[in-house]
Amino acid sequence: MTTVTEQPTTLKRGYVGQSLPRREDKRLVQGQGTFFDDVRRHGMGYVHFVRSPYAHARILSIDVAKALELDGVYGTITGDEVAISTDPFFEMSVEPGGLIEDYALAVGRTRFMGEPVAAVCAATRELARDAADLVEVEYEPLPALVDGEEALKNEVVLHDDAGSNVVWSGVFSWGDVDQALAEADHVVKIERLHFHRFASTPLECAGALVEYDRGTQEWTIHCNHQMPGVGAIWMAPSLRVGIDKLRFVTQDIGGGFGNKICLHPQFVVLCLLARKLGRPVQWTEWRTDQHTANAHGNERTFLAVEVAVKADGEMTGFKVRAIDDCGAFPRYEPLGCIIWAQVTPGLYGWRNIQVDFTQVCTNKSPVSPNRGYSRMQHLWLTERIVDIVAAELGLDPVEVRKRNYVKAEQMPYETPNGCVYDSGDYAAALDLALDLIDYGSIEERRREAEGRGKLLGIGIGSTLDSGTNNFGQSTLLNPDLQFSGNNEAAAVKLDIFGEVVVTLGTVPQGQGHETTAAQVVADILGCPPEQVNVRRGHDTWFNTHAGFSGTYASQFAFTGLGAVKGAAELLREEMVQLAAFVLQAPEESIELAEGMARVKDGPEEAALPFMALGAIVNANNAFLPPDFNPTLNHRYVCRPYFGVVDTEKKTGQLTLTYATQIHAAVVEIDPDTGEVDIVDYAAVDDCGVRINPQIVEGQVHGATAHAIGAALSENFVYDEDGTLLTANFYDYHVPHALDMPPLKTGAMESPSPVAPLGAKGMGEGGGGGIHCLCAAIQDALRPAGKPIVYDSCNPPHRVWSMLRDPGSTRANVTVVSK
Amino acid sequence: MGTQPASSLAVSVAVNGEQIEEEVPARRLLVHFLRDDLGLTGTHVGCDTGNCGACTVHLNGEPVKSCMLLTVQVDGAALTTIEGLAPDGELTPLQRAFNEHHALQCGYCTPGMLMSASALLERNPHPSEDEVRVALQGNICRCTGYVNIVEAVVAAGRGSA
Repeated sequence: MTTVTEQPTTLKRGYVGQSLPRREDKRLVQGQGTFFDDVRRHGMGYVHFVRSPYAHARILSIDVAKALELDGVYGTITGDEVAISTDPFFEMSVEPGGLIEDYALAVGRTRFMGEPVAAVCAATRELARDAADLVEVEYEPLPALVDGEEALKNEVVLHDDAGSNVVWSGVFSWGDVDQALAEADHVVKIERLHFHRFASTPLECAGALVEYDRGTQEWTIHCNHQMPGVGAIWMAPSLRVGIDKLRFVTQDIGGGFGNKICLHPQFVVLCLLARKLGRPVQWTEWRTDQHTANAHGNERTFLAVEVAVKADGEMTGFKVRAIDDCGAFPRYEPLGCIIWAQVTPGLYGWRNIQVDFTQVCTNKSPVSPNRGYSRMQHLWLTERIVDIVAAELGLDPVEVRKRNYVKAEQMPYETPNGCVYDSGDYAAALDLALDLIDYGSIEERRREAEGRGKLLGIGIGSTLDSGTNNFGQSTLLNPDLQFSGNNEAAAVKLDIFGEVVVTLGTVPQGQGHETTAAQVVADILGCPPEQVNVRRGHDTWFNTHAGFSGTYASQFAFTGLGAVKGAAELLREEMVQLAAFVLQAPEESIELAEGMARVKDGPEEAALPFMALGAIVNANNAFLPPDFNPTLNHRYVCRPYFGVVDTEKKTGQLTLTYATQIHAAVVEIDPDTGEVDIVDYAAVDDCGVRINPQIVEGQVHGATAHAIGAALSENFVYDEDGTLLTANFYDYHVPHALDMPPLKTGAMESPSPVAPLGAKGMGEGGGGGIHCLCAAIQDALRPAGKPIVYDSCNPPHRVWSMLRDPGSTRANVTVVSK
Repeated sequence: MGTQPASSLAVSVAVNGEQIEEEVPARRLLVHFLRDDLGLTGTHVGCDTGNCGACTVHLNGEPVKSCMLLTVQVDGAALTTIEGLAPDGELTPLQRAFNEHHALQCGYCTPGMLMSASALLERNPHPSEDEVRVALQGNICRCTGYVNIVEAVVAAGRGSA
């Protein structure tokens, strides 16, 4: 069921706005997609990594002799070789995190279970695995550190070079939170909240086929890296080569969700092996390896939360201490220490906020951006605050939200830290979500469930999906970093037989870029989308990429399509000029429509099919005058304007668009087992202009499924020795078809005044499902002693514990009223 | 002789209607035989524990996970892979329904989903939503939340794809 509340927009739409079926599908439903593991090369070798069974250990020796004796083994590489032939990866943090030395393989010490310590290359996948088993590694186990708060004590230190487990720490303070607390009628204190570790676990694992050309000393990396621009920035200096020596090629990618951003360590090993062995090498990650040693989401603990509340329910601000656990190496980090600040006050009008943020290393898998990266953790905090305050002060969760939400008439709204919420109507979106779950009947349904021995509860999750990163926010962490702004490229050309060919810098992993880019170009050039060939994948060999190219951070609708629009408009302008010249008509009389350039209201013969234009420029151009040189081939870089961030005040425009999501869930809990059954669910999304509503809805479904999985089951659990207990899909339960409740979706359109097409980036979803399920569980458990939901993951055993011992969770919260 | 296990065996198997005779390493998983030896790369690998179903193919008409079988186990059998679902390039109503209902995003789980769903439609041409969910519980999708997949299979069964 879809309910659409459309707000007026001045945008002229044609194909944009239509739910055109995706053009990618025809190959994918026939098994004709090309994923990296489908790429073959003559003489290629298969790589298997030798991984540490210990979370923390000294490497005393590595002996590869027996592996090399095995028939069909092409070669090996160890950490010692990596330390000689590469430099450590560039670190973004100031000290102490900036002093960490991170190599492509473990050097001298291993710091998380599954960390690669050596690699073997052999003629078949099976042989490579056999040979890896023959590599003898002698370890001296060290005490493992598996808790973020424990890490602060520095009793066990992971990185001697840094001398501390702290990667980055700093205090962000906007407004005057102490004054707000002093002037509040109630201060609600929450001692501890915990956002757990999970990941989107794309179904296609990571990997690459790497070829090395000895003649040109260039590597070609056929892979599923979702942010090759930045991947190359890490890899090239480490390999001691120019960035031009690395060619990234992607085709179809089996999901990414941020988890395919930090692949540079493995890829550097592949580059070294390809060069050393003089043959193409291929590595496909095993599922268990992805879970243990690739990319977890950031785990975050919130301590000493204090919320200032007025008598009428207005919240004026909060303070919190956040401990972020990034695992063994801060690869993409410490960016997570600032990305959350894109949504500092959540959807609320809070003007006084203080966040004391510290990121630490532990002996667990390194983290990587994960759908909703860093904002999701913070938005969970803001939603927990709202629901805990409402429950403790006896306020209505709907009313308290509406009272504190930023209002539609305040848009565009500047947050206390200088971000600008571009558009949206949060209260209207909430009303729509509540209508979808028939909020009016909740108390009746509660009584009915009670009669069946079930506890029924309702919860709301309000989130923002902030899109289009300003990389300048990294300078709020480290003023010496030379990153700012953002960019993305696209090229559009008209070929000799009239084919419109689009090349993207983006790296889609299922988001349907080929379809939506064709819709945009078709509208601009006046041709059917079928005439537009959008090339699959990304290839740095060609010139259609920019420094930040990739698909991440909900920005395709802005930068990706902005680049497509820009290039198509340049092409359009030239096509009009050319047609005007050939038809001897003024430019303003030329229109592009139905695949023709023609004189508006002119005679039938005053028209040129695209083929004629393409043929003239490419193959029949002798009659064009020397001062008129159309190329019909245009590259455009979309570079959004952000301005400069203020590193003193820690303010600035950290991102450009803010899509809104309001999720509402009704759950029933079995008090005997703690099992949570979602009986009604609605997700409302407002991402401005929807280029293709069906694709938008699909993203909403997917983000919701990820959130439901995270809220109820998905959890990377470690034991005290640092062994991951949920290393595959047996123990790490992702939602299956039977786990998913029926989803109702609603859509609103508040066009973005800043985005090229009025369309906001979307797809990450801000973890709305996690927030609303935590709220619904807390609401359902109210009759059982009012426990406080303090963790973002609530599988049956945790819910059961809250039912049995609500007091221990309540000890976490105090209210001081004046 | 006789005490050493065979390291390879001759396998005769019909794949998408074509008879294949090959000497295959005894340890080779069926999914790797299909992908690496026969080049049928439409069958995918998404896990290493038999949970995800991306490698689903039909073995004598029944859906099986090809990562959970050794190639030598299918000697004498008939297999259909995703490439054999619409051999002449004309999409089946089920494949069309996946497109029309936006039942795929990255497309990685899609071949396995289609093989499981087509086996369901073979034995139950008009399944209910619940029956579809039961039939697809062994196939993981990380993109769609299953909403549109279930819708597409039900629609294909109704003949309203």
